[in-house]
Amino acid sequence: MKRVLALTLAILLFIVFAMAFAKIPFGEKMSNYPDYYNPIENQTSNMSLPQHYLTYGKNDTGATNMVTAVVVDYRGFDTLGEVTVLFLASTGVGSLMYVEDKVKRKVRRSNAVVETGSKLLFGFIILFGAYIFIHGHLTPGGGFPGGAVIASSFLLLYLAYPKFHAEHKKLNVSESLAGLTFVIVGLLGLIIAGYFLYNFLPFGLPTYLFSAGVIPVIYVAIGVKVGSELTGIVDAMMGVRE
Amino acid sequence: MIPYYYLGSISLVVIGIYIVIAKKNLIKIIIGLDIMDTGVNLLLISVGYVKNATAPIENVPGPYVDPIPQALVLTAIVIGVSVMALALSIAIGIYKKTGTLELDEIMGVEE
Repeated sequence: MKRVLALTLAILLFIVFAMAFAKIPFGEKMSNYPDYYNPIENQTSNMSLPQHYLTYGKNDTGATNMVTAVVVDYRGFDTLGEVTVLFLASTGVGSLMYVEDKVKRKVRRSNAVVETGSKLLFGFIILFGAYIFIHGHLTPGGGFPGGAVIASSFLLLYLAYPKFHAEHKKLNVSESLAGLTFVIVGLLGLIIAGYFLYNFLPFGLPTYLFSAGVIPVIYVAIGVKVGSELTGIVDAMMGVRE
Repeated sequence: MIPYYYLGSISLVVIGIYIVIAKKNLIKIIIGLDIMDTGVNLLLISVGYVKNATAPIENVPGPYVDPIPQALVLTAIVIGVSVMALALSIAIGIYKKTGTLELDEIMGVEE
């Protein structure tokens, strides 16, 4: 009975959603002018928002990757809130998974191939993650995927070595320092130019590594923070092992 | 005619809603939430797509796709991961307390 009701509800919702989205055009060119009833005479403010970002983003932020420009520069405050949500989730997982009696689970030792292979791959995976978040303003990727790649390298060590444990104090230190860097860069912008997260460093040449002002600094901080937080989540979920 | 990108993502959302309502296992409900999350992300990305356009990285000329939905989805993926981690750890806590993951047995419902 419950299944039939759920299925009916699902089909009804599907029809409603399909009717709602049938009117939205797919794959068409973005309009230069938003469809307002009385457009303003000023040329720049007549553009739709994505057109404005794509046209002036390079001069406004110095970044080559426009998604990074939107995430870190135009909507930097939003990203600060997002990082806070991730921090809260990591804290919540740590407190929920806390075990009082420290019951140690027996874990079998993995074989030599897995151990050697993960030991060899560990450094390369960390290097790849660092590459992703350092080049976040030039290529696809950024702080969040880079941090996830770094956490996956630690996950590999957890799977290969039964007794491996990341040191909580070092994780906490790197996480706190990265979060502090983000906030301090924002506050420096507030002091220098009067806006929180203002891009106060020189932009440099586009498509070069040292460009885009504070965007690489913030993205490196986000990468380190996300990496240590996800490693903390993995560590908490693994529990105490022997 | 509704594009099939929208149809696919809407059906992912609806499948997630069906799983959340009909299933009684906690892990299955969490998987349903994750499928719903994926569907919403796919929908946002496909709204921002432009035909014959490249990724909004300004090394190459040409029309670019809309960068704003991609930035929003980047946020949504991270929030989804943290929600998933919290939900799974709560499920682990419930399993440690009650020894089961079935909602009927946790609530004490008799079939």
